[in-house]
Amino acid sequence: MPVKDYIRERFFPHLWCPGCGHGIVLNALIRAIEKLGLSKNEIAMVSGIGCSSRISGYVDFHTLHTIHGRALAFATGLKLGLPSLNVIVPMGDGDALAIGGNHFIHAARRNIEMTAIIMNNRIYGMTGGQYSPLSGYGTMATTAPFSNIDHDFDVVDLSIAAGATFVARTTTFHVHQLIDILQQAILHEGFSVVEVLSQCPTYFGRKNKMGSAADMMTHYKDQTTPIGSKAKKENPALIERGVFVQKEMPEYCKEYDKIIERAMGRSESTPIS
Amino acid sequence: MEKKILFLQGNEACVEGALYAGLDFFAGYPITPSTEIAEQMSFRLPKIGGKFIQMEDEISSVCAIIGASLAGHKVMTATSGPGFSLMQEALGYAIMTEIPCVIVNVQRGGPSTGLPTSVSQGDVNQARWGTHGDHAIIALTASNHQDVFLMTVEAFNLAETYRTPVILLFDEVVAHMRERLVVPEKDEVSLVHRLRTSVKEGVDYHPYLPREDGRLPMSDFGGVHRYNVTGLFHDMWGFPSSNPGVVQGLLRHLMDKINNNTNRINRFKKYDLDDAEVVLISYGSSARSALHVVQNRRPRGERLGLLELQTLWPFPFDVVRDVCRNARFVLVVEMNMGQALQSVKLAVDEPGKVFLANRIDGSFITPTDIRNVLRVIQGKGV
Repeated sequence: MPVKDYIRERFFPHLWCPGCGHGIVLNALIRAIEKLGLSKNEIAMVSGIGCSSRISGYVDFHTLHTIHGRALAFATGLKLGLPSLNVIVPMGDGDALAIGGNHFIHAARRNIEMTAIIMNNRIYGMTGGQYSPLSGYGTMATTAPFSNIDHDFDVVDLSIAAGATFVARTTTFHVHQLIDILQQAILHEGFSVVEVLSQCPTYFGRKNKMGSAADMMTHYKDQTTPIGSKAKKENPALIERGVFVQKEMPEYCKEYDKIIERAMGRSESTPIS
Repeated sequence: MEKKILFLQGNEACVEGALYAGLDFFAGYPITPSTEIAEQMSFRLPKIGGKFIQMEDEISSVCAIIGASLAGHKVMTATSGPGFSLMQEALGYAIMTEIPCVIVNVQRGGPSTGLPTSVSQGDVNQARWGTHGDHAIIALTASNHQDVFLMTVEAFNLAETYRTPVILLFDEVVAHMRERLVVPEKDEVSLVHRLRTSVKEGVDYHPYLPREDGRLPMSDFGGVHRYNVTGLFHDMWGFPSSNPGVVQGLLRHLMDKINNNTNRINRFKKYDLDDAEVVLISYGSSARSALHVVQNRRPRGERLGLLELQTLWPFPFDVVRDVCRNARFVLVVEMNMGQALQSVKLAVDEPGKVFLANRIDGSFITPTDIRNVLRVIQGKGV
């Protein structure tokens, strides 16, 4: 199916700034879904609030554009309510990990099957360039005019610690890897996290003198390396790309089906324990 | 056939009512004094193939039921004051997106953590205005377990009819008190099921285009119609819009669909009101003490009557005005600083004749408390 058949043309033009990385993520996501041959009726996209969350409006799936930080909570109800759906949850770094941080770790802990895509541009773009939990120490933002003293955390480490059973990272420069990782994440039977470093030339780039969108993408090329590469050993500051975790664990909805079987098999007289 | 008779807590009566109404998805978070509802649901729902999930907080609980409602389920969550405060943003989302759901708030003393195990009716106005922006809301309450059951069923019926969240405002006394419930037989109480669109696959379905009768047929997520749901102002397709006509059209629709049906939504009970000189107005567990006073004083020749409210929002202004017209005094009995009192004063022709009998100390309001206020109003001394 051509890519245009996956988008809602009446929703365009999109609201992303020129050079924004989020369009690349949208493109990669549609190509991943196209390669998987999924029917549009079996996909639900649930998003929160922010630049990244507008992605749900542009695609021709069942789409739920919710409130700030809570996309995974809505998605959990939707998925448990209808486990046959493929649920994809695109989020920004602030949406997923500041206001939504609690839902993020608990969705990971439950291992409920869905694909969380964190489009990490290290800034609150929609509100105009405030620092996010992933901006990092020493960065500049409209709410850190004298430099940011908040430390960031590593999305991959956090996801692994919280129990996500598929954890990967790549960037908008490495678009073929992104398509490949998204395919694997969507197929994964459990909670999958894909962090995509996605440039915001308008705010993060401008505030931190990162140059143009192309400069920022070149930066992703230079500052990242495949997991366990020789380059990483020589330069530990490089950010690793690839699939960090891919393991099998009991999936929440399937486990709940077992609970139903257990409950139904029980006689009425069995007391509540 | 003999009726099924149960002896149980009000929280359990709520569970019975919800299951009778067809509830098949519950998400919640433990909080006193509503926890028994979640506990019972975790046991009862999987037995009928339904789903229960304990979420990480009350915010995610209400979000989860909204998601599950879109998957076609009848859904509910239950909480108390602090949790209800956390739910307000998502409550507004359900109002804006017109997604049916039921939210139980078993009231306890507030503000803040307040009195977790004591009774209060302090969330009446929060239920009306807790979430931001202009909106209409439906909130029901009950004073005994038979009515807890019936109002719970009503809550689901109204949620489906008007595609809106419905709040069940119970209180700690009703929730934890044990008394009899006669469970209605199947089909004895009518149920409203989800209205689903008859639009066929391949034909344009407009999720936010009301039918002639004002109702909005739904299409389950995962079905043949793919559409957008957003908390932004949106057009009939569910696409965001800031067009002034679209914005005010949607806001008026959200208000009118409930406010214009106030008389259909109103549930109340009248006791000895025909010749009443003193009209008591109460609801929830307070109404039990108010009713006791009426029944106790009537044989002594005191012309007392009671209006027991079961629909708190939309407030039954017409009914209240009507029953208070010939009263010398109106006494609102509630366990707060006068929240329903404000609406009663707005409703009646002479606000000066409206008084308050209340308790705000976590103790249940007794008939004696009410009589003491009555004596003052009637000029019989303190």
